Amino acid sequence: MYSQQEDQHCPNGGRRNFLKRSTAIAALATISPVIIKAGENDEKIAAYFEKVPLEIEINGKPLSLQVEPRVTLLDLLREQLGLTGTKKGCDHGQCGCCTVHVDGRRINSCLSLAVMNNGKKVTTIEGLAKGDQLHPMQESFLKHDGFQCGYCTPGQIMSAIACIKEGHANSAEEIREYMSGNICRCGAYPNIIDAITEVKKGGQPL
Amino acid sequence: MINFEYTKASSTKSAIDIQLKNKGAQFIAGGTNLVDLMKKGISSPLRVIDINGLPLKEISSDLKGLTIGALVPNSTAAENEIIKSKYPLLAMALNAGASAQLRNMATAGGNIMQRTRCSYFYDINMPCNKRQSGSGCSAIEGYNRMHAIFGASDKCIAVHPSDMCVALAALNATLHISTAKGDKKTLFTDFHRLPGYTPELDNNLQSGELITAIYVPANSYNKSYYLKIRDRLSYAFALVSVAVGLEVENGVIRTAALAMGGVAHKPWRLTAVEKFLMNKPATTDIFKEAAIIAIDGAKPFEHNAYKIKLAKAAIAEALMKAVG
Repeated sequence: MYSQQEDQHCPNGGRRNFLKRSTAIAALATISPVIIKAGENDEKIAAYFEKVPLEIEINGKPLSLQVEPRVTLLDLLREQLGLTGTKKGCDHGQCGCCTVHVDGRRINSCLSLAVMNNGKKVTTIEGLAKGDQLHPMQESFLKHDGFQCGYCTPGQIMSAIACIKEGHANSAEEIREYMSGNICRCGAYPNIIDAITEVKKGGQPL
Repeated sequence: MINFEYTKASSTKSAIDIQLKNKGAQFIAGGTNLVDLMKKGISSPLRVIDINGLPLKEISSDLKGLTIGALVPNSTAAENEIIKSKYPLLAMALNAGASAQLRNMATAGGNIMQRTRCSYFYDINMPCNKRQSGSGCSAIEGYNRMHAIFGASDKCIAVHPSDMCVALAALNATLHISTAKGDKKTLFTDFHRLPGYTPELDNNLQSGELITAIYVPANSYNKSYYLKIRDRLSYAFALVSVAVGLEVENGVIRTAALAMGGVAHKPWRLTAVEKFLMNKPATTDIFKEAAIIAIDGAKPFEHNAYKIKLAKAAIAEALMKAVG
C-alpha cells in the first residue's frame, strides 16, 4: 500500500499513485450500487467488468491491449499507458486539452471510447519530437511564448499542427476560427497565433 | 460512467437486430454527445452498438440531389467540393457548429440525433421532463435565457442545438431510415418533434430504426447564407441562427428557403416568410417586412425576450448577407 518509501523513490509518481488510488476508491464507491443491482445475476457482474481486446498503434508503437468499454481514449493514454502529456481539462469536449491525432485527424480524446479506435494510429504530444529534436511547432511555441501555465499546450500544439495540415492557417482570422476548440485560460492566444503563423510560413513538413 | 457491453455491428441489419433484442441499447457513431451524456449519467445504456464499421460513409450527387451517408464526419461534409459549390448553405452551417476536433468526430446521423444542451437537462439534480418524464421542467421558472420562443409546451422549453439541421430543414431534406421491416424515407421537417406532452421524445425514430443517409434535393438558390449569433464568435451554441437560400433573378426573389435555429425544440422552418418573399424585390425594406413575419407568434419567457428582437434582426441581416 501507500508508503513513505514509495514517495522517496518516486517523488512525482508518489503523488500520481496516491491520486490514482483515491480515484479508484471513489470509483468503487460510485459503482457499488451497480454491483448490488447486477448481483442479482452473476453473469451480469462478469459482463460489467469484461474487457475488450484492442489493437492500437500509439506513436508508432503497435499495442495489444485489454480495456473496459467505458474507458475513453484519454483515460487509456493517461491511466493505462502513462502517457500523461495529453491533458484532461474539462473531460466533456469543451476545452481541447485532450486533443490527439487519430489516423492523422485531430479529435477530442475525452469523447472517444478507446474501443472505438481499434486498428487506428494515434499520435500524442509525446510522439512529435524525434529524439532530442523538437517538432517545429513545439519549437515555435517556445520561441513565441505560446503559453503561460502550459496546461492547454499539448492540446494546442496537436491542434495547431492539424490546423496547418488541413489548410486552415492562411490568416490570423482563419487560425482563430479553426483553433477555437482549444481554450487557453491564461489568454496566450496572440502568441499562439504567432507561433502557428511562423510554422505555416516556414513551410516545413509537419 | 457505468460500464456497458460493447458490440461492433457488422451490418445495418445486425445493428438493428441487436438493438431490438436489447432494450435500451444505443447506437454510437462519433460519440461526441453520447459519451458526454453517459459520463454525466443522463444516458446509461447497458449495451452500446458501435456502428462505425457500417458502409455509410459515402457522399454522392447527381442532377436530382445530394446523398450524404449517415457516418460521414461533419468536417468531411463541410470540406466536400460538391457540397461547397452546390449546397453552400449546408457547408456554412456545418462549419458554424462545434470545433474542428468535434467536427472530425461527429457524424451526419449523430448530428441529427444529438440532444438538447438545456442546462437543466444536463443537471441530474434538477427536475427535467425530457430526462425524466413527469419530474417537471426547471427551465420554465428558472434561468431560461437559452430557451425556446416558438413551439414550447408547459412540459419543456428546450431548443434543438444543431446548426446542420437548420440548413437541412431549409433545404427540404429527406432522411433515409433502415428498419427491421425494410427501408423508409422521412421528410426532415417531420423528423424532430415539438415537446408537447412527451418532451422525452426528441424525434420520431423508433427503437430498431437507424438513419442511414440524408438526401438533399438539388435547388436553384444562387444566394445563400448561414448566420449564427452566439455569446462568443466561435465554438458556442446558437442564441439564434438563420439559414437562408434564395433564387434571385434580376433583383427579384423567385424562390426562398428559410429556417431558424436556437429558437425551438426542432429546426424552425419559416414557410410563411418563404411564401412572402416569392416574387418580391430583394431589398432591405422587404427583408425587414419578412423579419416581422418570421417572429409572428413568438412567446418569450422571463430571460429570453431578447431572442425575439435578436431573431428579427438576424432574419433581416441573414437575407442582406445572402444577397450582398
